[in-house]
Amino acid sequence: MGWSKKEKLGLACIAVALIALPFVLAMAGTAWVRITNFAVLFVLLSLGLNIVVGFAGLLDLGYVAFFAVGAYVYALLASPHFGLHLPFWLILPLGAAVAGIAGAVLGAPTLRLRGDYLAIVTLGFGEIVRIFMNNLSAPVNITNGPKGINLIDPFRLGDFSFSANSGALSGPIKYYYFLLLVLLAVIVINRRLQDSRIGRAWVAIREDEIAAKAAGINTRNIKLLAFAMGASFGGIAGGMFAAIQGFVSPESFILNESIMILAMVVLGGMGNIWGVIAGAALLSFMPELLRYTVEPAQKALFGRMLVDPEVLRMLIFGLALVLTMRFRPAGLWPETRHKRELDADRK
Amino acid sequence: MTGVLLEARNIGKKFGGVQALKDVSLTIRRGEIYGLIGPNGAGKTTLFNVFTGLYPRDGGEVLFAGRPLTLESPHTVAAAGIARTFQNIRLFGNMTARENVMVGRHVRTRAGVFGAILRTPAERAEEAAIRRSASELLHYVGIADRADDLARNLSYGDQRRLEIARALATEPQLLALDEPAAGMNATETVGLRQLIEGLRKDGLTVLLIEHDVKLVMGLCDRVAVLEYGEKIAEDVPEAVKNNPKVIEAYLGTSAH
Repeated sequence: MGWSKKEKLGLACIAVALIALPFVLAMAGTAWVRITNFAVLFVLLSLGLNIVVGFAGLLDLGYVAFFAVGAYVYALLASPHFGLHLPFWLILPLGAAVAGIAGAVLGAPTLRLRGDYLAIVTLGFGEIVRIFMNNLSAPVNITNGPKGINLIDPFRLGDFSFSANSGALSGPIKYYYFLLLVLLAVIVINRRLQDSRIGRAWVAIREDEIAAKAAGINTRNIKLLAFAMGASFGGIAGGMFAAIQGFVSPESFILNESIMILAMVVLGGMGNIWGVIAGAALLSFMPELLRYTVEPAQKALFGRMLVDPEVLRMLIFGLALVLTMRFRPAGLWPETRHKRELDADRK
Repeated sequence: MTGVLLEARNIGKKFGGVQALKDVSLTIRRGEIYGLIGPNGAGKTTLFNVFTGLYPRDGGEVLFAGRPLTLESPHTVAAAGIARTFQNIRLFGNMTARENVMVGRHVRTRAGVFGAILRTPAERAEEAAIRRSASELLHYVGIADRADDLARNLSYGDQRRLEIARALATEPQLLALDEPAAGMNATETVGLRQLIEGLRKDGLTVLLIEHDVKLVMGLCDRVAVLEYGEKIAEDVPEAVKNNPKVIEAYLGTSAH
């Protein structure tokens, strides 16, 4: 399927905006470029989870585990911890592969489960991975336990390092462009998968598993494929997270993160790639925006701090989520299918 | 003499203490419409689910096209050439009619993840072929004009037709229809009958479970009757209609 003229024009505008964005943000402070980078990471994670939850309809509450696997693969193979310093273009795909295998391993025992039961098992899996990272420091020190792994190598291509400044290009801005490229690739892959034989099989399983079986779909393999594909995107995001951050520890991969990623998918509109991207961007930026506005706003209004900004921030954030779900239950930007269905009901 | 397509020998199925099927044997010949009738709870749908791999059987064996059917799971049965529809229609509601039929092509196509991501020429050609055959099948069952509508928004009769089109997309040798006329009005039933007759004319073998006795008797070449999980008759419709056991099963014993 191609793009319409209007879509092309819109995309061109978005592309220009995205390319100019980091320089605009850099004027407000490099912190904002970093925040944007993390937002892109979360967009990647949401797109990965969308394959599992949005396409195949398998509720996964432990998705952050694959993010963790990708991050630790990178951290272990490119840090002084083991003295290994493999190049990033080798470890990133490797991390994706390892996370993909982990996804299939999680999928295998849960094939007969759906809905709440599946959610509980995946939640457990996410916790197991985190606890492993926390405790694999003895008798052989693999993960360095809760202290985490430090001094992780940044991306490096020959003499070109992503962490150092080169002229107008600061480290975060370089990462930003790299993330943008990866994001583009992931979007293309997602769209192509969605319109393929495999993508149709995923949606068929989501819609009616028994009918999907009767129509000749090997639901076991197709579900495992959904878990593995979704997990591998998480693995790539994890590797980039480790490199950008320069430090990983089990603390970054708590259940809250899984829930946040799921909230991004659901808020944006399950199954719709653009909706998921919007949801992830919104939920990543909103807390940061609130962080920078809540305190000055209170000072300006009341002359002093009445409510702790952190508390108020989460309050507003939660309220926004509840309101969205109340007034747009299918998400901000639902899959066209669901939208058409709502329109039909209205007739 | 036409050859045998499906031969079931001594099929048994128990649900806890209930013997749902007891030593059921039947043969379906190539190119015929084979009816399966019986009072409610006689085991028709159970037999159906055993044939299509949804339930494991407890005993007996099934030969399909001369080979034993392993019946390990529904998708291998579909690959072997048995397609089915469901008594309570099971479509992919949030997919369009065309997409529903395209899913039926899954078992006869091969493209994997890498083909899809790279959009290889082979994948694109296959995808175009899937699309084409889906359109043809929608046309064949008479709902080509609804191709881009969501399955859930089709009328009841059209949903039945769509389910048949999806089943046909798997290129079956045997099409098994579970009460296709249930809930249809008179006009829809006539249309369905014409559709099934057309299938036979095109050389397909049809296994039909039906409550509408008039439809079964008018349409089927041979009919089997189940009662309490046992086959009590198997013959041409005329003979079955006059079989005292069948009359008893449907109407109860006559008063003396």
